[in-house]
Amino acid sequence: MLEFLSGLNDKPFEAVAIILFGIGFTTLFLHPNLIKKIMGLNIMDTAVYLFLAAKGFIYGRKAPIVVDGVTSMEAYINPIPSGLVLTGIVVSVSVTAVMLALTVRLYRRYHTLDIDEILKIIRKEGN
Amino acid sequence: MSKIRRDYENSLWRKLVRFVYGENDSFHEKAGYDIEHPETEKRKEETFFEEVDYTKKKKESDKFFAKYSAIAEKRGEKVYNHFYKFLAAITCFSIIMILLVTVAKLPSFGNPDNPVNNEVSERYIEQGLEETGAVNIVAGMILDYRAFDTLGESHVLFIACVCVMILLRLDKETNDPEKLKALENDRDFEPKNEAILQHAAKILVPVIILFGIYIVLNGHISPGGGFAGGAIIGSGLILYLNAFGFKKTEMFFTTKTFSVVSVSSLLFYSLSKTYSFFTGANDLHSIIGPGTPGAILSAGLILPLNIAVGAVVACTMYGFYALFRKGGI
Repeated sequence: MLEFLSGLNDKPFEAVAIILFGIGFTTLFLHPNLIKKIMGLNIMDTAVYLFLAAKGFIYGRKAPIVVDGVTSMEAYINPIPSGLVLTGIVVSVSVTAVMLALTVRLYRRYHTLDIDEILKIIRKEGN
Repeated sequence: MSKIRRDYENSLWRKLVRFVYGENDSFHEKAGYDIEHPETEKRKEETFFEEVDYTKKKKESDKFFAKYSAIAEKRGEKVYNHFYKFLAAITCFSIIMILLVTVAKLPSFGNPDNPVNNEVSERYIEQGLEETGAVNIVAGMILDYRAFDTLGESHVLFIACVCVMILLRLDKETNDPEKLKALENDRDFEPKNEAILQHAAKILVPVIILFGIYIVLNGHISPGGGFAGGAIIGSGLILYLNAFGFKKTEMFFTTKTFSVVSVSSLLFYSLSKTYSFFTGANDLHSIIGPGTPGAILSAGLILPLNIAVGAVVACTMYGFYALFRKGGI
C-alpha cells in the first residue's frame, strides 16, 4: 500500500524529523494561542536540527575531534552540519526571545493571548 | 493619430532636430499646455465627485458589512472550534506525507558516499588541524574558516537582547501605576529567601560557573566552545539571581556591565578577525600562529574568540532572564 514510502526504511531519523516538523508547523499555523504558536516554531526548529545532524552522520565514524593526530576523512563524521546546527540554535533562541517579548507587550495591551480575540478587539477599536 | 504625433513632438530625436536647427520651441510647449489644461481640470473634478460618492458608499457598506460579518464571525468561530482538531490533524498529516515522500527519495542515512560528504568537509578534516591548530574540527571551522558566520551569530544574540530591552524595559523613575505595580510585584510568585534554594545555590553556583569557564577555555581542544560555555555561565548567574534576588546581582551585574562586556567583546572579535583576514588575504606573516595542537595556548585566535563569544552569550542569557523577570538588567 505504502510503496512510495519504502525508501524511509533506512532513514529513521529523517522520518522522525519530518513528523516533528509537521506537528510544529500545524501548531504554529492553526493554534490560536500565541505562546503555543511560539512552541510550535521551536518544535520546527528542533526538527530541522535533527534533520541536519542526521545528514552529517556516517556509520562507524567518530565525532570530529582529532584523536592521536589522525587526520583522514575516513575517521570522522561530516563537521559542516554541526556548525550549521549551532547557527540555527543561536538564531532560534534570539527569535524566540523577541517573539516572547512581543507577546508580553500584546498581553499587557489586550489582556488575552488568543490571537482571534486580539484581532477582534483591534477591529472594534478601528471602528 | 494625435497620440503618435505628440509622442513624436516630445521625442529625443525631434528635440535634437529642433536643437540643431535652432528652433525656438516655446510655442509648441505653450500650445501643448493650453490644450492639455482643460482636460486635466475636468478629470480632477470628476475624481473629486467620485471620491465623495465612494466614501459615502463605503460608510454604508461598512455598516452593512459590520452588521452581517458579526453573525458570520460567530458562526465561523463555532465551526472553527468544532472542527479545529479535525482540520489540524488533516493539515498535519498532509504536510507530513508530502515531506515524507520527498525524504524517501533522499540518499540513505549514514552512508559515506552521500553527496553531502564532499570535498569541503574533506578539506576541513584533513587540513584543519594543520591550518588552524584546533583539535576540535568544528571549533576550527566555525571560528577560523567561517568566522564571519559566528560574528553574525554573536551580533544576532546581542541585537535580540537589545530588542527585548526596548520592548520590556521599565523605567525606575516612572509615575505609571501599572509599571510601579509590576516593579513591586516582582517577587510575588517567587520564593523569597528560601533556605534550601540558597544553600543549594551557594554550593552549585561556583561549580556551574567554573565548569562554564572550563568549557569556554577548552573550546578548541575538546567538545564545547563559546556558545555552550556561555550558556552554562548564564544559567549559573540565573540560579544565583533566583536564590538571592536582584539586590545581590546588581552589585556586580548592571545594564552598564552588560553593555560594556557585550560591546567590547564584539569589538574585540571584529578587530582581531579583521587583522587575521587582512594578513591572510595579503599573504603577510601573522604574529598569531597555530601553535602546538592540543596545548591550551594554541590554535591562534580561536581561544580569545571563544572567550569573546562566551562573554556575549552569558550576558545575553542573563539579560533575557532579567528583562523578562523584572524589566531591566
